[in-house]
This record gives sequence, structure tokens and C-alpha cells, in this order.
Amino acid sequence: MSMEWEYAPAPENRDIARLKSEYRMFLDGEFVEGAGPGLKSINPATEEVLADVSTAAPSDVDTAVAAARRAQDKVWGPMPGAERAKYIFRIARMIAERSRELAVLETLDNGKPIKESRDSDIPTAAAHFFYHAGWADKLDYAGFGPDPRPLGVAAQVIPWNFPLLMAAWKIAPALACGNTVVLKPAETTPLTALVFAEICAEAGLPPGVVNILPGAGDIGAELVGHAGVDKVAFTGSTEVGKQIQRTLAGTGRKLTLELGGKAANIVFEDAPIDQAVEGIVNGIFFNQGHVCCAGSRLLVQESVADEVLGKLRTRIGRLRIGDPLDKNTDVGAINSAEQLARIRELTSSGEVEGADRWTSPCPLPDKGFFFAPTVFSQVSQSMRIAREEIFGPVLSVLSFRTPDEAVAKANNTPYGLSAGIWTEKGSRILWAAQRMRAGVVWANTFNRFDPAAPFGGYQESGFGREGGRTGLEAYLDV
Amino acid sequence: MTALEDITRDEASLTRFLHGLPGVDAVGLEQRAAGLATRSIKKASKRTAIDLAISMVDLTTLEGADTAGKVRTLCAKARRPDPDYPEVPSVGAVCVYPDLAGLAVGELEGTGVGVASVATAFPAGRAARAVKLADVATAVEAGASEVDMVIDRGAFLSGNYGLVFEEIREVKRACGTAHLKVILETGELATYDNARRASWLALLAGADFVKTSTGKVSPAATLPVTHVLLQAVADWHALTGQLRGVKPAGGIRDTKTAIRYLVAVREVAGEQWLDPALFRFGASSLLNDLLMQRRTQFDGHYSGPDYVTVD
Amino acid sequence: MSDRVTVAKTYKLYLGGSFPRSESGRTYAVTDAQDRFLANAAQASRKDVRDAVSAARKAFPGWSGVTAYNRGQVLYRVAEMLEGRREQFVSAVRDSEGASNAASIVDTAIDRWVWYAGWTDKIATVLGAANPVAGPYFSFTVPEPTGVVGVFAPQHSALLGLVSVLAPVLAAGNTAVVLTSSARPLPAITLSEVLATSDVPGGVVNVLTGDTGELAGHLAAHADVNALDLCGAPADQAGELERAAAETVKRVLPAPASEPDWTRRPDIKRLRALTEAKTVWHPTGM
Repeated sequence: MSMEWEYAPAPENRDIARLKSEYRMFLDGEFVEGAGPGLKSINPATEEVLADVSTAAPSDVDTAVAAARRAQDKVWGPMPGAERAKYIFRIARMIAERSRELAVLETLDNGKPIKESRDSDIPTAAAHFFYHAGWADKLDYAGFGPDPRPLGVAAQVIPWNFPLLMAAWKIAPALACGNTVVLKPAETTPLTALVFAEICAEAGLPPGVVNILPGAGDIGAELVGHAGVDKVAFTGSTEVGKQIQRTLAGTGRKLTLELGGKAANIVFEDAPIDQAVEGIVNGIFFNQGHVCCAGSRLLVQESVADEVLGKLRTRIGRLRIGDPLDKNTDVGAINSAEQLARIRELTSSGEVEGADRWTSPCPLPDKGFFFAPTVFSQVSQSMRIAREEIFGPVLSVLSFRTPDEAVAKANNTPYGLSAGIWTEKGSRILWAAQRMRAGVVWANTFNRFDPAAPFGGYQESGFGREGGRTGLEAYLDV
Repeated sequence: MTALEDITRDEASLTRFLHGLPGVDAVGLEQRAAGLATRSIKKASKRTAIDLAISMVDLTTLEGADTAGKVRTLCAKARRPDPDYPEVPSVGAVCVYPDLAGLAVGELEGTGVGVASVATAFPAGRAARAVKLADVATAVEAGASEVDMVIDRGAFLSGNYGLVFEEIREVKRACGTAHLKVILETGELATYDNARRASWLALLAGADFVKTSTGKVSPAATLPVTHVLLQAVADWHALTGQLRGVKPAGGIRDTKTAIRYLVAVREVAGEQWLDPALFRFGASSLLNDLLMQRRTQFDGHYSGPDYVTVD
Repeated sequence: MSDRVTVAKTYKLYLGGSFPRSESGRTYAVTDAQDRFLANAAQASRKDVRDAVSAARKAFPGWSGVTAYNRGQVLYRVAEMLEGRREQFVSAVRDSEGASNAASIVDTAIDRWVWYAGWTDKIATVLGAANPVAGPYFSFTVPEPTGVVGVFAPQHSALLGLVSVLAPVLAAGNTAVVLTSSARPLPAITLSEVLATSDVPGGVVNVLTGDTGELAGHLAAHADVNALDLCGAPADQAGELERAAAETVKRVLPAPASEPDWTRRPDIKRLRALTEAKTVWHPTGM
């Protein structure tokens, strides 16, 4: 006589986002109309237009870079670190104070579940400012020699998967080290960066220290190729990263890249299976799989493969897909129609290439961009779904027999951003961690992020690190 | 997996099996439990949850000072938790010491409310086997429909799994048709690995329910440890097709917490376990909070402690 | 002393621990600063670059996998051998660079090698960290070797410059494919001879003599090379090489505007640039 018990809809109030009908770019301390064509930011969960956003034209990039240069030369560069720190601390606090607003806005604009924007994106963004603020007057102790100098003006281009968090990852260390920034948020998710601009203004940050220029890829290209910048930091696809590296070739300008990945999540037979299942789910379905370090390749030891897959399907079947604003939603909307099309294209290639497809039976909303959690088993290394970054809620399952085989398969990719290892055997963890050609290795956990822990990739996943003492190097002339 | 009879053939096989169970990563488990605890249960969903929780309460009094009077009022409450709202379901069972079980059985006859009796030298379990079995016999002869035994934690912690197993088996035999809930006292077992091993040990020995705690040891029930027990019964079901229950006990005092447990039941074990036959709360003060919250939900304004009965 | 006919040397490449000719069969004449003939050197080809990269890749797991202490000892042993053949190096430097201070250059080069040999087991201490993350996890960051490094040796300072760019590659645990100074390859060749009889495993250092300009593009574009030190790259090719490097997101130490003063005290910039920070997380639970 078990009882039917469904969760009632529990939507967060969208008014909390204080959504405005228009957003303007932030340049030299002012919100101004950009000369670009303008864009409409839409809610990917409903396909409704959220707001009109003015975008930058190349001339605005010139103006912004010039403003950033002035601010760096005259104000921010010469300012004592302890004073810079106070501004950055102030920003950290203001993000925390407006965290609900930012979380709801992020969810509206991006499509990610409110529980993630509320519990992960926004608090971690605030933490990045808080952490880096403390560095501003302690750079002498960062291990780069006495009095390390900033690079100057940083051009930063960020992706749509963690809009505010990526802005924080980029802006906080840049400011702490004494640089000024011109940041271009992603075309589909500009809103929280522009509210962040309001925070900068309210924090009294001197004009020109932070400039936020919405726009499409062409403006990103304009910005990173601008002769007036000293440093470029980019997070996004490997394809665009390579273009940027080419653009900057021979210019002497500093570059850090945080690009794609195809992380292996290795489950050994002695793993804590239930937590491994949680880690696999978190690894690939967190943020709809729109995560560069997603554990998109599950490598499971053959002796436990059936058990793990069985539990995994049961668990995935209980994921709640739907309205991102609902506090009980586990998997939200795919960020854009283009991304959805790409996920569909790659998953159909998986079927054509002969992998076994399993799709969660969960109901999907009628409108908006949604994709049901999908698991491919019987995947081989040669299939596209094992090699290409899908950037969606799609897991490819491969098996292995021995630890050496697991390591060899895990490393068999041009990427090298992250890896997961699940085993209760300590020496095997350290053995495998040592052998992973990846910048971040999560053992018996996955998708942990912290401003104190450096993050970044090997090989085609990019170079340079964000976070920790190591991350400061990207913004210092050392 | 090895056939069940092979696992329990001798102490060595039992030990090998229990030690071969996958480990439980404490941080991962606690993170999952905390994550699920953020589920937002509102409106109709909350009302349903409250009634479900009420029907799952093992309304408990386990005090040295228990009297016939105390047990009678408790039984009255169990039958009809909120006299102003007759549609409120009765609780799952009343839980008392063996010497008061007969009284409770009389009070609850024909109501459908079970009588659970703790036994086996509850709560410490430190008595001779014969004493423990006599304790069980007292309860069963008094008509208890459910027996809540404690395992020998000392034996468990010193690795004498065979002894624990045999004792549960003997108690199970002594129970006859009464359902056996096996109290693991997870607070004393200290690790989640032990909680999982003890769950399997109890299930292998014939437990109908695995129960976290006596309520006399801190920590008593927690969400993460209840996840471990729920996972164990789900895994047991996958292996054997048999349905076994889970009872967290101790420290669950309010509706919000109880609903978090129900969420765990639903998402860790499965919807099938949303059933008083398979999930119980060992609690005393919880019932009144459920009733107050129920009134709030139905009356549309907050209620107060004076509007529910103190028993 | 009678006019004895000297034995003219034709040097070979150093590749995978042995000394093969260029697969192309080509050689070129190496002359001293006064344009007098010194020796013939092998003129490496595109395929020699390929073979060198594959030798370096093959040697990478072993070299990166030994303990830092061991790596330090192996490198220190090289310094001992350099010291033992000091006179030969002085003459190679004098011949190649026409330097009047050849002895002092060789001394500095040996000291530099010793400096880097001592770094092997300190890099992780200096560049690594225990990360105080906000949660029940132990997180640490360790620098790890980047992989196979393409080294464009400085064109002028054929020994000290070479040592200054090669030693950090090795100290950090990488393996190297070195394109020597085109015009002054002899000190590099002499160094290869030392390495060949040292404890540095074959393939860890691969030395290609020849026309840097001809080989540069092949090395820069090779997909199995992880990083490039463009120090001695032809100035007119630097941008092109960086663009080629972008195809596989190689780490690049760009070519300096002019060759640095190698006698200056080194820093750890190269060790930083040729290592990858790896961050590892593990829960701390009971």
C-alpha cells in the first residue's frame, strides 16, 4: 500500500531576478549604449525573450581598451595592494548580498537549475573575489620574486556555461594582481555579468578598471586581437582557443586558455560504488553536462560494469528534468538551440556507430531546449562520442580490465583537463593520479572547485591555471 | 554474487562477504544526503507527506518511568492522533518495553495499529542469550506484532559476525509471526562501512527491518546513515526480490526533518518504500509537530502547541 | 712536430641514444669564426625530426617517472663529466664562438648544469601547494613535466646558451628534441657525446644539427610535441612557428627579441613554463 507522493512544483519567484527589459554595456564606469547590433537574450527553458542587450562594436572595443589602459596607468596600477584588496573584498560581499537575485537571473538566462546557481555558481563566484582580494597586498609572497608587476590590460572572453562564475574566475585574479579588464560575456548569457557591472559601480570601483562588453564571437575576436591589450584569457572551445593562439602568435602578448575536455571517470572494482554512481551522475549531468571538465567518458572495470550500469540507470531515472527555476530540478535546459542541435547530432552519430543508447524515461517540457539524460554503453575509443566533446548530458561508457588499460584509455585523447578515479585503495589512487595527463584529478569525488585550488588543462585543454597561487602567474609579468 | 546460503555457511565466508561489500565514502554520502535535503516540498505534496509520515510513526515511549497510564494515553493518541481531524491516519505502531506490550495490545486491539516491543536487553543488549530470548518471548507472548531487537555491538565491533548473525536468527525464530526490526545502533558502529555491513548482516539473518538506533545513544538517526540502510534494502531487493524495511529512530523531531527522510526513501530506495510496511520513524515528539504542521496546511495559518494534545 | 694529417670528423645526429647519420644522408661543413673548416656535421631532415620526436616520446614515461632525487643525480653526473672534459669544451667553444673567454663560458655552463641538477627535487616544493579548500577534502597541486619539448637552441651561445635552455627541460622531467645552433653545432655534439655515456637514458635528449630554418616548421607543427622553447628560432619564422604551435595548443616560450645574456643568474621561469600544475582532490572522511 505504498502511497503516491509527487513533489509539487516549487518554482523560485522570478521577480527576484529584478529583470530589466534592457541592459547596456559597462564602459569606463558608465552604462552606455554600444554601437553593435544589439542582441536579445532568451530564456532557454521557455524560448521567451528576457531582455534586449546592447552590444559592442569594434569602436567600443577601442574605447574600452583605452579606458582600461588609462585606469591601469593612472589609478589601479599605482594603487597600493591593500587598497585594491578592499575594493575586491567589497565586491565579494556585494555578490553575496545579491546572491538570490544573481542566482535567479543566472537560471533565467542560462537554463541551469536554480539549485546549482544558488548553491554553486554564485557562492563560488563570491568566494573567488574573497580569496583573490587577500592576495592583492601579498603578491610579494606568491613566489614570483619581490614586487611582481601586473601585465596591464587584460582582455577576457568567457563562455555561457557558468556566466558569472567564469567572470569571477577571470576578473578576480586580474584585479588582485593590478590589471584592468575588458571582459566579453557569452552572447547567450550576458545578463549576470552586467549586474556584476552594477556591483562594480556600486562598490565605487574606479572607472575603467572593469569594462563589460557584450557581443558575439566577432567582438571577442576583435578584443583578443586588439593591439592595446597586454594579456588575453579565454575560456571556451578548443577550436576558438587555437584561433586565438594563432592570432596572438608572435605578438608577445600573454595568453592563457581554458578549453575543452573529454574527461575519463575511472571506476575500479573496489570503488565505493554508490558514491561512484553519484560522482558519475554529478560528473556528467551537473549543469546539463555543459562543463568543460565533465566526466563524459566513464571507464568502468569489467568485473563491476553491470552493477555500476544498473545502479547508474536507476539513479539517472530519478533525475528531475524540467523548469530550471523549480528548486527540485536536477537537470535544466540546454543553453541554446545550436547546442541542442550539436548534442543531437553527436548522439545520433553514437547510434550510427553502434553504441547502445539508453535514454532516461523522464518527461521533458513541451517547449524550451531540453535533452533527456543519455547513456551510451558498448562504446569504443574510436567512436566520435568517445573522442569529441559533446558538452551535454550524454555519457559514454567504456570498460577496462586492468589498471594499466584504464590509464592508457583515459589518456588516449588530445585533451587533458580533468579525470576521476574511484577506488578505495589508497596506493592505487596515487598511482593513477600520477599517471593521468590532466590538470585536475578528482579521486573519490568529482567536480569540486575552489578558488584556492588551481584549475586548468594539459595538452589541447589549454594552458595556464586559474585559482591558487599558481593562478596568479597568468596576471603577473613574471 | 554468491548464493546467500554460501555467504552464511560459516563465519569466515560471512566475514569475507561483509568485508567485500563496497566501501562507503563518507564525504560523498554526506554530500548526497545534504543535496537531497534541499528538496523543496510544498503545498499538496507537503500535505501528503505529512499524512504519510504520521502513518509511519512508531509512537514510542521507552523510559524507566513508563507506567500503564502513560502507555494508555499513548495508545489513544496512536489510534486517533488529532481528535479534531478524524481523517488523520493512525500511526504505524506503538513502541514500548516488553512488560507493557500486553497492555498496549489490549488498548489497540482491532485498530490496525501495531504494537512494537523492544527486546533483547534493550538498549545495551548486554545480557546472556537466554535472557535476551526470554525478553523476546515476553513480548511475543504478550501479542506484540513487531519486535525491535538490538544487535550485540561489542561482538560486531570485535569482528564476531557469526555470533551477531546467530543471535539475530534465534531472535527471528523466537518472533514467530511478529516482524523483526534489527537495531544496529549505528552511533556505536561509528563508520558508514560498518552501518552497511551490519545492515547486510541483519538482512542475511532474516531481519524484516533494519533500524538505525535505540534513541539512547548519540548520534541516533542521521540522514546519511539512513541513506546507507535504504541503499542496503534496495540492493537486497535487487538481489533477492524481497522487500525489507528501514526505520530511523531518535532525533527526528520535526516535520521538516521527517520530510527529508521521506525524500531519501523516495530517491534512494524508491517509491515502493513509501509505505508504513517498509518505512517507519521511531519517534515520540515528531507526531505532534506533524499534527501542528498539518493544521497549518489545512487551516491556512500557523498552529500552536496548545492545539495538539500532549500525551 | 711533423705536419701530421688530422683525422677530419664527420659528426652524426644524436637520436634515441645512438648516433645515426641523417636519414637524408646530408652533411654540411662547419667552420669557425674565421671561416676555417672545423668538421662536417649531419644535416638533419624532416624525417629525422620525426624520429627524434618519437624517441623523445618513448623516453618520456621513464624519465618523468624516476624519482626527482634520481633525476638530480643523473644530471649532476653529467656535470661531473662536463668538468672532466672541460678542456675539450673550452676548445669547442673557442672554435665555435671564437670566444676569448671560452674557459669562463664553459665554467658557467657547468655551474648552470649543476644549478638545474639541484632543482629536480625542489620544483614540487616551490611550485606545488597544499590547497586550503573550503570543504572536507585534501587538495594538493604538483608540477609535472609537460612532455616532449622542442628546443630551439640559441644560435650564438652554442654551449652556455644550449645548457641554459636544455637543463631546465630535463630537470623538470621532460624529454627534448634539440635543434642546435645551425652554424655552431659542435659544442652540442660534444655534449651529446657526454650524454651518451652518462646515465641520461637514450631518447631523453635528441640532438639534431642542420639548418634550423629548414627543420623549425616540422618540429613546431609536430602534434606529439607538447612545448616549444623558441629561443634560437629564426626571427623571421617566430610568428609562423607560434601559429603552427597553436594547432595543438603547445606551450610556447617565445623567441626573445635578441639573444639573452646567458651569464646572468638564471631564474625558474623555464621550469615553470615547462611544467603543468596538476591539482588532485580527495575527500577526508572516516
